[in-house]
Amino acid sequence: MHELSLTLNMIEIAEEHARRENAVAITSVTMEIGALSGVVPEAMEFAFEACSKGTLADGATLEIRRISALGHCQLCGEECEMESLLDSCSACGNFALDILKGQEMALVELEID
Amino acid sequence: MCTDCGCAPPQPGHDHTDDHASRKILVEENLLAKNQRLAMSNRVRFAAHQLLVLNLVSSPGSGKTSILERTLTDLKDSLQFSVLEGDQQTANDADRIAATGAPVKQINTGAGCHLDAHMVGHGVEDFDLKTTDILMIENVGNLVCPASFDLGEDHKVAVLSVTEGEDKPLKYPQMFQAADLMLINKIDLLPYLRFDLEQCKTFARQVNPQIKIIELSCHSGEGMQEWYYWLDHGVNQKRGTRNAERE
Repeated sequence: MHELSLTLNMIEIAEEHARRENAVAITSVTMEIGALSGVVPEAMEFAFEACSKGTLADGATLEIRRISALGHCQLCGEECEMESLLDSCSACGNFALDILKGQEMALVELEID
Repeated sequence: MCTDCGCAPPQPGHDHTDDHASRKILVEENLLAKNQRLAMSNRVRFAAHQLLVLNLVSSPGSGKTSILERTLTDLKDSLQFSVLEGDQQTANDADRIAATGAPVKQINTGAGCHLDAHMVGHGVEDFDLKTTDILMIENVGNLVCPASFDLGEDHKVAVLSVTEGEDKPLKYPQMFQAADLMLINKIDLLPYLRFDLEQCKTFARQVNPQIKIIELSCHSGEGMQEWYYWLDHGVNQKRGTRNAERE
């Protein structure tokens, strides 16, 4: 549900950058969404279509790069792939993992006219 | 004003062929950057008054407002509270808090599913922060969205009531991972429910090994002392900061 306000933020940031470049339109938007960010990419796509109407990003294509998650075990020091916040260390089973990667929700790149 | 793109003022030799060539620009900005900036400015403001700021999060009906009512009443002689109440609609919760005598402000988010740092920054404008020890922010009842929005608080406090099921921390891990303290409320109802208290705590620690857990009932009063002790400790830490700064 908060994908809606995140999308509004994203369009605001995109328009700010595009205006600074004197752009007349944004034709493509590239984002990064981490597996542990709590953001549902499909909901973001849906919100983008609705929220971009009447903005510089109206009609722009949205590319979402999904970033897989990586944790660092506080106990044994191993790095392991994570699919959810419930995962334990794949080497020793400990649950205390520092998240190294996977919480991204960022606007990375724009294509403008 | 240039009629093509709205840029102003028009310059001699203003040429759009270069400006508007299709091109890529690198942005690399976090979607929450603006909220994080505002949260940081709230944090600076709260720190200037040595305020302990708590962001209470839970599903609707877990008893956040009831816990606050009892806390404000029980501690009114020892601590000064200010309260922000977040709900989509109505001032019902603010009315309940106002009845305890504490300064309160209701924020209605309308369609919004969470409070953000901007709303909180404006929400506290009417409070006398100098005389406040603890700012309580009761977020919109929702275990999903409020997890992502920093308000400038010291701690998120997740409230889970025993009528909700012990697996809530597994179903909504984002929230329980972001919280420093979990209050398990309504424990006076445990004899009537099939709620596995130990399992619930295990699940919460699986998501967040550092989380502190207090079991209480704001109805019977059981466990409230431990919560008050935790609050006192937090306020004393802030006062310690204040004293250290004076020296």
